[in-house]
Amino acid sequence: MKKPMIEIEHISKRYRIGANKEPYLSLRDEIAKIASRLRPGKNHHGQSETDFWALSDVSFSVQEGEAVGIIGRNGAGKSTLLKILSQITPPTKGKITVRGRVASLLEVGTGFHPELTGRENVFLNGAILGMSREEIRRKFDEIVAFAEVEKFLDTPVKRYSSGMYVRLAFAVAAHLEPEILIVDEVLAVGDVQFQQKCLGKMGEVAKGGRTVLFVSHNMAAIELLCSRCALIHNGELKGIGHTKMVLNEYVEGVYLGMVRVPPAQRSDRSGSGEVRLKDVYLVDQQGKLLPAVQCGDVCTIAFQFEFTEHPKPFHLSFTIRDSKGQYISRPSTYDVSFLPGNTPRSGILMCSINRFPLIPGYYRVTTEIRIGGEVADYLEGAALIEVAAADFFGTGRINDHSPVLLDQKWNITTLNE
Amino acid sequence: MPSHYEFVIAPPKRWLSINWRELWRFRDLFLVLAWRDIAVRYKQTVLGVIWALFQPLVTMVIFTFIFNGMAKIDSGDGTPYPIFLYVGLLLWQYYSNTLTNASGSMVANAGMIQKIYFPRLIIPVTAATTGFVDLAISSVILGGMMVYYGLMPHVMGLLILPVLLFCAILTSLGAGMFLAAINVKYRDVRYIVPFFVQIMMYVTPIIYPVSMLDSHPVIKALMLWLNPISGVITNARVGLLGHGSVDWGSVGISLLMSTAYFVVGLYYFRNTEHYFADIV
Repeated sequence: MKKPMIEIEHISKRYRIGANKEPYLSLRDEIAKIASRLRPGKNHHGQSETDFWALSDVSFSVQEGEAVGIIGRNGAGKSTLLKILSQITPPTKGKITVRGRVASLLEVGTGFHPELTGRENVFLNGAILGMSREEIRRKFDEIVAFAEVEKFLDTPVKRYSSGMYVRLAFAVAAHLEPEILIVDEVLAVGDVQFQQKCLGKMGEVAKGGRTVLFVSHNMAAIELLCSRCALIHNGELKGIGHTKMVLNEYVEGVYLGMVRVPPAQRSDRSGSGEVRLKDVYLVDQQGKLLPAVQCGDVCTIAFQFEFTEHPKPFHLSFTIRDSKGQYISRPSTYDVSFLPGNTPRSGILMCSINRFPLIPGYYRVTTEIRIGGEVADYLEGAALIEVAAADFFGTGRINDHSPVLLDQKWNITTLNE
Repeated sequence: MPSHYEFVIAPPKRWLSINWRELWRFRDLFLVLAWRDIAVRYKQTVLGVIWALFQPLVTMVIFTFIFNGMAKIDSGDGTPYPIFLYVGLLLWQYYSNTLTNASGSMVANAGMIQKIYFPRLIIPVTAATTGFVDLAISSVILGGMMVYYGLMPHVMGLLILPVLLFCAILTSLGAGMFLAAINVKYRDVRYIVPFFVQIMMYVTPIIYPVSMLDSHPVIKALMLWLNPISGVITNARVGLLGHGSVDWGSVGISLLMSTAYFVVGLYYFRNTEHYFADIV
């Protein structure tokens, strides 16, 4: 049997987190610390460092021509794995054998200089990504055509629109011809049309017999590009295998496991903390708890909140994503200008949506509370909503392939010729 | 067909040697980064060139007035003070700019370091190359002054000039790499560097000849040994302006000490570079 292109053996990575959380220190503090240690008769319980294992004992291998996806929640360790594979940071333990030339794309446009022109940046970025000058010269026209920036080649990129900038940056990266391509979620850039173009290009690379490692939150993209998929959770490899199978596991296992923690007990939130979201749940018209909403019914979502300080008027919005991580919608009190004057210290805010239009499945809700434009409480994956199958159109036909169902009326008229 | 290219990623070992083959493979990146720094610096061509000429010229005029005119310091061997001073300023400027740029280079390129792999050594080395362009531009004034004062370079002195420049590169890079590595970890180092550079200027024979220290042999020896730039400047003056003769002893000391600085800086840099991406 052929040797695998990438062989990952028992990789672990430890980070030391100082008590002050600052990654870098100041020489002044360090000297002060040493001085205080030298002083006799004092107790020196200094700031202790804690170990954090971003990855522990991860092993798997990737064969030639395979496209493997890596999924996991934020902070699961997938980016750390990519950084180790890209030689940006060394592993603490373990060994990886790589058999082929690697190009890693952890970001598009690395090293782009705003003062330089588009043309100059193509050469700069190409060299940074490991292309030789000869190679860049050969592909230059193709890169420019792909990016659609022919007219602005001699303009400094600081004058580019953000779309043009990203297109040019991706175009350079897309023309790399390594044997192994490592890609982090760089596709989450640009407009939808360009994203499709990028996905197409990535698909070509994968089908062209090259080995691809692809990390993304976008499960639809992973499903499209990767035959095999690895699931990383809390720094451990939880499973690897057929993409469909692993994705199901991701949705059912990790995904559900995450929301099982009630919002009140979650500490992985951000914002000023003036107000806290305590719970999110579905209720029926009588205000009784519901396990799931029926597709086409009235959906009422209750948000229980509590102020830690003096209550103030606030806005709440929630992002709905499907089980593959695709963005669906973001209802908000702001959109409908709902801002009650006397806010209670602790209460329940309810949002009702008529004829709930989403097809059966699980949906993830991320909440954000803002007070005067400032984020007060942000909670990723605050709740998981289940939408149960129902006869939306009242015709007995169930449409479960379009993501959103539209309440529709049709009629026909005759035109007199 | 896959190439027969295989490498292993493993925890770093101590006592790292330099991977010359890898450095060679990344030569295009080095050239492109050096070109980027120069291109950005001289993007506004006129202003960039004027600045490179203006800085040493104004320094020379003011220093000549203060140290020669008011404090009565002279070159000690009959060389006109302005040109004596200018040679020192030119080399000092190259040295101090390289040191300052190199020491801040890792933090300045943090974005790249976190996202892409390449031998990290390229970054401070690039910083040393851009200083050459400034040096070349401000040398034009030196040429003009040599013609004006009718000074002929020393043949032997001209021959050792590359050696002296090499010493300046080694010293500034050695110290620059060391400071660059420390700067990644301790961010207040960048506040210390300008002070250090400023003070160093006065303990280097730029505004005075090293012969002024003949009555203080210990201080003179310390200066020559600890500060390799002293020997570089003293002998470059001999070579360029043709007064006196090359002091081989101090050339040897400079070469030895600059190599020592370079090796220490390089060693420290290589042994910390693995963790730059984690903390930069």
